[in-house]
Amino acid sequence: MSGSPVLQMKNICKSFPGVKALDNVSLNIYSGESMALLGENGAGKSTLMKILSGVYTKDSGEMIFKSKPHTPKDPKDAMNKGIAIIHQELNLIPELTVAENIFIGREPVNAFLKVKYSQMNAEAKRYLEQLGEKTSPTAKVSSLSVGQAQMVEIAKALSMNAEVIIMDEPTDALTDVETENLYKVIRSLKAEGKALVYISHKLSEVFDVCDRATILRDGTFVDEKPVSELDEEKIIQLMVGRPISDRYPKCDCKAGDVVFTAEGLTNSRITDVSFSIRSGEVVGIAGLMGSGRSEVAKSIFGEMPLKKGKISLAGKELRINHPSEAIKNGISYVSEDRKQLGLIIGMTIKENITLPALKKFQTALSKISFGREEEVSKEYIDMMSIKTTGPSQRVVDLSGGNQQKVAIAKGLVTAPKVLILDEPTRGVDVGAKKEIYEQINLLKAKGMSIILISSEMPEVIGMSDRILVMSAGRIAGEVSGAEATQENIMKLAISNIKNAV
Amino acid sequence: MKIDMKDVLKRSRPLLGLIILSVIVSLISPDFLTVSNILNVMRQTSINAVIAAGMTFVILTGGIDLSVGSILALCGAIAATMISSGFGVAATVFATLALGILLGVLAGIAITKGKIQPFIATLVAMTLLRGATLVHTDGKPISTGYDAAADAFAWFGTGYVFGIPVPVILMIVVFLVSHYVLKHTRFGRYVYAIGGNEEASRLSGVRVDRIKIAVYALCGLVSAIAGIILTSRLSSAQPTAGAGYELDAIAAVVLGGTSLAGGVGTIFGTFTGALIIGILNNALNLLNVSSYYQMIAKGAVILIAVLMDRKK
Repeated sequence: MSGSPVLQMKNICKSFPGVKALDNVSLNIYSGESMALLGENGAGKSTLMKILSGVYTKDSGEMIFKSKPHTPKDPKDAMNKGIAIIHQELNLIPELTVAENIFIGREPVNAFLKVKYSQMNAEAKRYLEQLGEKTSPTAKVSSLSVGQAQMVEIAKALSMNAEVIIMDEPTDALTDVETENLYKVIRSLKAEGKALVYISHKLSEVFDVCDRATILRDGTFVDEKPVSELDEEKIIQLMVGRPISDRYPKCDCKAGDVVFTAEGLTNSRITDVSFSIRSGEVVGIAGLMGSGRSEVAKSIFGEMPLKKGKISLAGKELRINHPSEAIKNGISYVSEDRKQLGLIIGMTIKENITLPALKKFQTALSKISFGREEEVSKEYIDMMSIKTTGPSQRVVDLSGGNQQKVAIAKGLVTAPKVLILDEPTRGVDVGAKKEIYEQINLLKAKGMSIILISSEMPEVIGMSDRILVMSAGRIAGEVSGAEATQENIMKLAISNIKNAV
Repeated sequence: MKIDMKDVLKRSRPLLGLIILSVIVSLISPDFLTVSNILNVMRQTSINAVIAAGMTFVILTGGIDLSVGSILALCGAIAATMISSGFGVAATVFATLALGILLGVLAGIAITKGKIQPFIATLVAMTLLRGATLVHTDGKPISTGYDAAADAFAWFGTGYVFGIPVPVILMIVVFLVSHYVLKHTRFGRYVYAIGGNEEASRLSGVRVDRIKIAVYALCGLVSAIAGIILTSRLSSAQPTAGAGYELDAIAAVVLGGTSLAGGVGTIFGTFTGALIIGILNNALNLLNVSSYYQMIAKGAVILIAVLMDRKK
């Protein structure tokens, strides 16, 4: 571990109307190291990074970069000074090529303003090779995988001589192989003396790639510690301010009779998927990204057409061609992507919660009863402990964890028999995660059948009674919750992939 | 309940614009604030306002309808033909409105099932239907005739009820019904939801395609109503009637604060937007501004309004 930090943020304060977002927060960033920035949703991580990268200006405090005061006017200014931020949602233009994206706004031109493509492509190639990427600089970004696109962003940061690179939830959409590749690149960036800030909700990653960790809670600075002095339990305690005893609470409930069966579900993405689920049972679906986990859910829910296969609920065979028919028959789906597929974020909490069950709120002349709507959404706000000013608050103004709770409430409002939860805790902080798990157990105790799809293995193992492991569109095997380990799930997950990894 | 003043101000910006415009105009021209002139403005506004109400539904779902002017013309021509051929008022009105709905449904099907972008699908409809109107009328006006049926039909455009012109009453009814449907019914909620996030709406069990088809049908219906008013008022159908009306309707919707991206806006805003355009036309007439300059003034006002709306 090296000496003094290349960039220091000291006693930063920032207020927004009505809230103090940051109160005397400090952060040190060291060359050749990766600093984990940790905290629950709303702890102030993004605000702090937005001040560093010039999106917001601080109210007070100071920033010192290479022993000089750092006062970025705007994001472009911060970038020119050597601070690059790689957002969770990548900022690339899909219809342009890799090289065009890397050099956008800074294209090398000749005297007639014609872009010197050969020079631009050659330089882009050099940066990509530096990252061990074989992507062609003339490939369109729309043809790349998320992992490759992320490498383009990193290449862009390198091309701008960035010394500080901030990565916000970089592995969120990556496959395991891509994640390994990213780790390799992070290590080589560190070896070149770059200073990194790494933001992630997946705590295990901190131990894989970070050297130190700074922990924030409710807009205040908690601690900076070398990672070697920390473990997951300690980090959670620092983030939440209290120890979280049992991360995966157990429910001592008995499963009932078989409620739902799927037989031989087959379409372009899944092959011969069969399973059944009892009332009061949680069945986990694990597998690598792209193994067909979400596709099983979408096929059951009528969002993806089935070529073959039978679905029955309570002994009755169902024909489902549209999500509305699935909902009518008692199946709910909470999607993996709450912003794109789950919620209408410009609408209010109550409008979102009641949307799938609006028929129930109708009175004469097809008039919606606003009173009932208000009442029912208040019940769900209490039940899910959604932190909000009230049912009329717009969803866009909620934190990620609270948005996710609204998405789950929306899945429950139709009183389903089968609830499909696809990545129910993605991008959700530790405290809210536990609340969601406890809710799952309550629903289970009431006899609901729950299908839990997740790429977080400890979550599937901790919450499921049985786990189906998918591999290349098929169910490769089943393990009981008690016997499940990350190793035996992984073995099944790669069993149908030839030449894996 | 707490009232957010900023929010109220933002929402009522179109209304504020309308009031400011009215005050300025009444200061310049004393003829403006007379009962007869106000009713005159409202009547002139009614056709655009009725179409704009339907356009609001379409734009709220994130779509657009360029075919309204052509639907107006074709429906108007069919109405004139039927009246002059002795079909009677009831049958004529019924058939004309049904035709408007049918044309909207067809556009809706092209957009949802045919997966053609609304701009393109309705551009095609605009061209096809204008052509159909020209063929049907042979490029010449069709008179509604001089019999009792024609006189009765003239009521829609020229009649009065309690001193209020019938087109104004029709406009108010269209807006009250639209407001109720948008704000208080399941259908209205779905319209906003689809504009806010179509995918998420479908996954919430909303029959997105059906709602969209219904929205274009509604827009076809109000265009037919506008066609009846216009034909009735002129006692004849013009083959080029309604040309460019789609742009006036879109302007009214946008002036009223509805987002072209969908999901955000109100029918009341559209009503104020239509009135702003109507008052502007009226004022420029009262002030004897040449019709060439009127278009420049109209464009400038819309530009200013939209720019003001961008400042949050």
